[in-house]
Amino acid sequence: MKRIVLWFMSTLTVVTLLFGYHTSTSAESTSSVLAAQTPSATGSSTPTAGADDAAGTDDPAGSASAITVTGSSADTRWGPVQVQLTVEDGTVTDVAVVDYPTENGKDRQINARAIPILVQETLDAQSADIDMVSGATVTSEGYLESLQAALDEAGL
Amino acid sequence: MTTGQPERAAGEPTTRFVDHVMGMPISLAMRGRHAGDEAGRAAWAEAMEVLRAIDRVFSTYRVDSVVSRLDRGEVGLADCPPEVREVLDLAATAARDSGGAFSVHRAAPDGRIALDPSGAVKGWAAERAAAHLRALPGTDFCLSAGGDLLCRTLDADAAPWRIGIENPRDPTCLIAVVPIATGAVATSGTAHRGAHLVDARTGRPPAGIASVTVVADSLTDADIDATAAYALGRDAANWLRSRPGRTGLVVWTDGSTTCVGGPSTGLASSG
Repeated sequence: MKRIVLWFMSTLTVVTLLFGYHTSTSAESTSSVLAAQTPSATGSSTPTAGADDAAGTDDPAGSASAITVTGSSADTRWGPVQVQLTVEDGTVTDVAVVDYPTENGKDRQINARAIPILVQETLDAQSADIDMVSGATVTSEGYLESLQAALDEAGL
Repeated sequence: MTTGQPERAAGEPTTRFVDHVMGMPISLAMRGRHAGDEAGRAAWAEAMEVLRAIDRVFSTYRVDSVVSRLDRGEVGLADCPPEVREVLDLAATAARDSGGAFSVHRAAPDGRIALDPSGAVKGWAAERAAAHLRALPGTDFCLSAGGDLLCRTLDADAAPWRIGIENPRDPTCLIAVVPIATGAVATSGTAHRGAHLVDARTGRPPAGIASVTVVADSLTDADIDATAAYALGRDAANWLRSRPGRTGLVVWTDGSTTCVGGPSTGLASSG
């Protein structure tokens, strides 16, 4: 029974967390997939904590409408995985993996190659705190209007 | 804004460089020992020179490039630098593995079959350019060639590079974030250049698909597989599942997404 379901309150339709583990010495690769799917959107402005073990805490910044929801830690064969969502005005503004396996010494090499993919609709680039953008090939002509240009500009 | 964000090590700023070659932007982010010093700038200059040299050989926009001359039959493959055969071999393998959806041969406007290795060159070129960056001790980097990128992180405990995946239906937004310590991310789609990607089996743009992102150890593999999967259209996710060592994200034209975790796994259903 490795089916793991984390429930979050939010207007988010789906958050999928995918871990692919690749070892450098083996052609075989193994992966585990965690999918956290929310109930249908409610648009509620008075969010309640999700079912099961999900815990909601008020944003320390004090914004009345922003809350952070941390899912319960899920045990995978590689160790605990925990996901955190930030919800503002009924919209998910951030997804973060707060815990993924790093402790087991033998697994360190494997974990360095762990690839969680966080899928979310309309994730805002600023709040996502990203370093680089992967997308359809940007031409030099179109570069100045790209998200990557904004990132480069901010860092120059 | 949240406590869950991986924290950058204090006092380790990211240094960025941007230049253009092959008609696309090349962006570099570096952190660590040589991120801001002369050795770091020299490695960046050398990486760009590698890309310019590759462009002189492979560009289909330059009439005097080796590939253009090969295409016109003015030189044979044996007369070309060995890199040309290396890339064409990569392309031939991808063509075979994708059942012909990927190809470096396409119908030109005049009806002739033209050689266009662009779909196989970019990731391969970026990997070669990155050799100069990898030679920098104590330095992490993320190098992007027009939206396909490769990362290195030396310290297993350091925060990974956070890679935003562009939303193909609204390139001003992201649809996913992939934390990558060391590895490559390539995305194929038509958000910025129109329908330039075709299924070589039909010569037409593939149906149903908006973008394909592939994560792999090497950008050579990630770039080619992203292009091949995109060309396969509705078969993209199933095909990626057959590819060893790849993780992928397929965005469909209706906005839905499919994550692919490599062989012997399927997407867990929460329903």
